[in-house]
Amino acid sequence: MKETTATTSGRSGEWWFRKGRFGVSHLALCLLALTTLTPFLWMVLASFKHVSEIEGNLNPFPKVWHPENYAQVFKQIHFARYYFNSIFVAAWVTVLQTLTSAMAAFAFARLRWPRRDQVFKLYLFTLMVPGVVTMIPNYTLMVKLGLLDSYIGLIVPASFSAFGTFLLRQFMMGIPRALDEAAAIDGATHWRTFWDVILPLARPGLVTLAIFTFMGTYGSFFWPLVLIKSDALRTLPIGMLYFDSVYGKQTNLIMAASVMNITPLIILFVSTQKFLVKGIQLGAVKG
Amino acid sequence: MFSLVVSATNWSLTREEPFRFVGLANFAQLFGDKEFWQYFINTGYLMLGMPIAIAGSLCLALLLSQKLRGVVIYRTMFYLPSFTSGVALLILWKALYNPQFGPINAALGPIFQWFGGQAPEWLLSTKNLLGLHAEDIRLVWAQFGLGARDAMIFMGIWISIGGSNMLLYLAGLSNIPQELFEAAQIDGAGPWATFRHVTWPQLAPTTFFILVMSFIGGLQGGFESARVLTAGGPAGTTTTLAYYIYTKAFEEFQIGYASAVSWVLFIIIAVVTLLNWKFGSRETNDA
Repeated sequence: MKETTATTSGRSGEWWFRKGRFGVSHLALCLLALTTLTPFLWMVLASFKHVSEIEGNLNPFPKVWHPENYAQVFKQIHFARYYFNSIFVAAWVTVLQTLTSAMAAFAFARLRWPRRDQVFKLYLFTLMVPGVVTMIPNYTLMVKLGLLDSYIGLIVPASFSAFGTFLLRQFMMGIPRALDEAAAIDGATHWRTFWDVILPLARPGLVTLAIFTFMGTYGSFFWPLVLIKSDALRTLPIGMLYFDSVYGKQTNLIMAASVMNITPLIILFVSTQKFLVKGIQLGAVKG
Repeated sequence: MFSLVVSATNWSLTREEPFRFVGLANFAQLFGDKEFWQYFINTGYLMLGMPIAIAGSLCLALLLSQKLRGVVIYRTMFYLPSFTSGVALLILWKALYNPQFGPINAALGPIFQWFGGQAPEWLLSTKNLLGLHAEDIRLVWAQFGLGARDAMIFMGIWISIGGSNMLLYLAGLSNIPQELFEAAQIDGAGPWATFRHVTWPQLAPTTFFILVMSFIGGLQGGFESARVLTAGGPAGTTTTLAYYIYTKAFEEFQIGYASAVSWVLFIIIAVVTLLNWKFGSRETNDA
């Protein structure tokens, strides 16, 4: 009898200890989350303020809310145009890169051809070459092809990815071979096997790659910065940089533009969280 | 048909070829270039924030790996800065750091004044926490303080702490066999001893991977923040090698010289990668 009470009290003691530890963890996490979110909150609130209210003022909330700041951004720069350019380019790159990566991955994972694995190793090696090294030759190539200041120059070079190929190849290796052998017996061509058997089964991989590609292209800065000269072709990051350098004093408008800039990313992120977290962990397997 | 696609992809990814115009004279010039060494040191200084950010990611992952309520919400919040990172967030930080009008100094100013000091000038100051001279490898007391480079480091930690490194640690933590923790508990190990003797050694491959990737990333880093926040200043203190290559190639059009710098960077990265292969395989064998 005594023993039972002892164990119960011991358990409840442990329970309290655990409860306390969880409380401390929650407190720590809350504080950290607050630190993470404060700059975002400041950005949103500043975007609704009058410019005189931002400077050297710690008032968190605007005295008068100015939603017209957002409309003002569209009036001062061609923000709608930049928005369209960013999404247009990112959408094209996403579709093309996913498609070319899937086709190349299929060739590396399923088709048999001489020196396939050596070619794949060579392919992977290009992943090791850092972007800093490739940017100058890439740029000179664009100059030679006359693709400066064009959508094609923004889209085509980004439409092939060794990383995407690698990711999807890993995915396709996991699909049972029996399936495409059955398709082959039924007289399916390589193309049909690829399109009707492999692609649907590789969907989780395709979605992960697509999200990362979209996100990366939407925010890409260096390439459009050196490639694009005319205002009509500027993407959002370049437009933002220009806005900041020309109208830098209007912090409220710049913050409004920043909020609008990151909103699509937040929507994309929240709606695809599960895929992303898995995708990142999958991508790390290459280490 | 597939080989056609493959060859097309290969073509666009191995565009490093047109490096022929790089003469040895450029390299000779480079090693005598005072600026090159200054920016080399800058790059190194900015990388000092890396271990802090990695340790922070590990702490976050440890906190989040407990069975707490709302873990997904916390994870989402911590991941937000790295997912939305880009020009918009850099412009936000530029406003936050503004020495006269920014909220950081509005909050910190009174504290510094209370101690009889002045609020830091952040992005406008060449001071730094090591007291490094702006142009030489010399420690000068007058240079001690908070300046542009430290501002970059803090911002970098804020952006990356809850990013992919945290997710990698979370994945690593979930891969540790539960029995190890149970065994540690039976042996009467406290939380610290458990971490020291179970969690940390089990995470060694993850830590190693993250360190190598961060190191490679850090060597090439600092371009976007320098371009958006400081234009490499003040007095060149935030110019990293990547930004130096950019200015040489795309503002001064010395493509050959810029290529030489990028080759030096490439060789350093290649050495790190090779060391990674050598020691990386040993680590995995141990684990």
